[in-house]
Amino acid sequence: MSQANPAKKIINNPLKCADELFEGLVLAYDGKARRVGTRSIVMNDLRPNAPALLVGGGAGHEPIYHGLVGKGMADGAAVGEIFAAPPPDIVLEAAQAVNRGKGVLFLYGNYAGDVMNFDIGAELAEEEGITVKTVIIADDVCSAPPDMKHNRRGVAGLVPITKIAGAAAQTVDSLEELARIAQKACDHTRTVGVSTKSGSIPATGKPTFELADDVIGLGMGIHGEKGVGLIPMCTADELAAKMLELLFADDLPLAAGDEIVFFVNSLGATHMMELLILLRGAKPILDARGIKIHQTIVDNIVTCQEMAGVSFSITKLDAELKKLWDMPCESVGYTKL
Amino acid sequence: MPKANLSKDEVKAMLLLACERIIAAEPMLSQADRDLGDGDHGMGMERGMRAATEKLNAGEVESIEKAFSTVGMAMMSSMGGASGAIFGTFFRNGGKALNGKETFDAAGLAAFLQAGVDGVKQRGGAAIGDKTCVDAMEPAATKAAEVATQSLPDAITAVTAAAEAGTEASKAMVAKFGRAKTLGEGCIGFPDAGACSVVVIITAFRDFIVA
Repeated sequence: MSQANPAKKIINNPLKCADELFEGLVLAYDGKARRVGTRSIVMNDLRPNAPALLVGGGAGHEPIYHGLVGKGMADGAAVGEIFAAPPPDIVLEAAQAVNRGKGVLFLYGNYAGDVMNFDIGAELAEEEGITVKTVIIADDVCSAPPDMKHNRRGVAGLVPITKIAGAAAQTVDSLEELARIAQKACDHTRTVGVSTKSGSIPATGKPTFELADDVIGLGMGIHGEKGVGLIPMCTADELAAKMLELLFADDLPLAAGDEIVFFVNSLGATHMMELLILLRGAKPILDARGIKIHQTIVDNIVTCQEMAGVSFSITKLDAELKKLWDMPCESVGYTKL
Repeated sequence: MPKANLSKDEVKAMLLLACERIIAAEPMLSQADRDLGDGDHGMGMERGMRAATEKLNAGEVESIEKAFSTVGMAMMSSMGGASGAIFGTFFRNGGKALNGKETFDAAGLAAFLQAGVDGVKQRGGAAIGDKTCVDAMEPAATKAAEVATQSLPDAITAVTAAAEAGTEASKAMVAKFGRAKTLGEGCIGFPDAGACSVVVIITAFRDFIVA
């Protein structure tokens, strides 16, 4: 039966996108991960007797969060509907599946729905005797000032943060230690995003926000949440400078000699060509400040459908974070040799 | 004929009407959310109410409490997101306040609304004036307490007006929660989508009771 599909997306049933993409994701893991319960994905080969790392969030932003399940990455993910946090019973199913007696760290982005559902999920898990700790990712510098960090959204910085927490989950023995390192990775990570065009809701084809053709939404969130303002359309070099300026103006000290992970992310439709041109524009500005890129990531990992836009994330590495960063990882969303 | 009080089967029928009304209101609710957030509120509410309809129709309801909590559980599990947690909590907590009640009257309506909004405030941390569903729920609960000794049709009529007024008042507010908060003053002039859903639900209650 044909369904209304005004967004001209290559799908089957607009109301079944979350379930069907999830089934496809499990297949993409080639047997290394499995489906658990309603809509959770969990790695098969988990280190015994270790604290667990559970991530999660709404669907429609693929490959995150569920595509960050992997070796040296998250142990499992609870997956919601399109743009909606996973309900508490899905969080519980995922927590039960990843727990190996040492408790579970919930690591997810700071959105009201995620916080409420993961909190209810944590209460249900505690009732089942599973210890839960929570670290909330809030790396978007444009969503609130530094003294209001609890109001900041979690955006593309979640990739380096999950990578570091995933490495920690391979090495530490206690949930407290895992939570400490994940929190440290969050404290060391900042992101600035911009948008040039809206994505659409798969079920309706309606845009998630309106944005004029001749402007860029500076600091706009991955669902089109307003950022710091609109600027006229500009060149890649000008935009790279503006984005880095916002990152430097935040409260993460970045001095000459500091080593960073620099992540240039497409929000969906922005082409690798543009990401590379932006990277080229950013590099001399970082060089001029003596900031050393330890690793560059240029990819589309944190997306919102066909939204066009880009984000820069910086994770400042100290000795501990660098060691964890350098461990290999493998997932559908991000792999590092 | 307006109904003086409701049996458990009538409560079930009233809740089914609320589900039907939310499903029909999906385009309006989605537009309300698009003005302030990412535009998925209507879809989520529709999904929740379809699940609730299925659960309510699955068999006979055991009690009035169970009828409300069935809706809450179905919404929470099927929707996810902020709306699933909030409306799930509203119906579940509200339902608990009706434990042991054989009929649903104006006092029951007041107990349901108060326990529901208390649960929502505790879960989400929102207060009145934050431009959330609490801006419809709390005035409704306050009004319900005032009219708890009146007839159920009179009470629900007054409560519906209070929820509508609260939602209208939310237009002038600057959001402190959810995605709308990042709009700052840009959200003035639009009502909160969650508050709009509360009005649809309570209006359905009124239409069922007064009809």
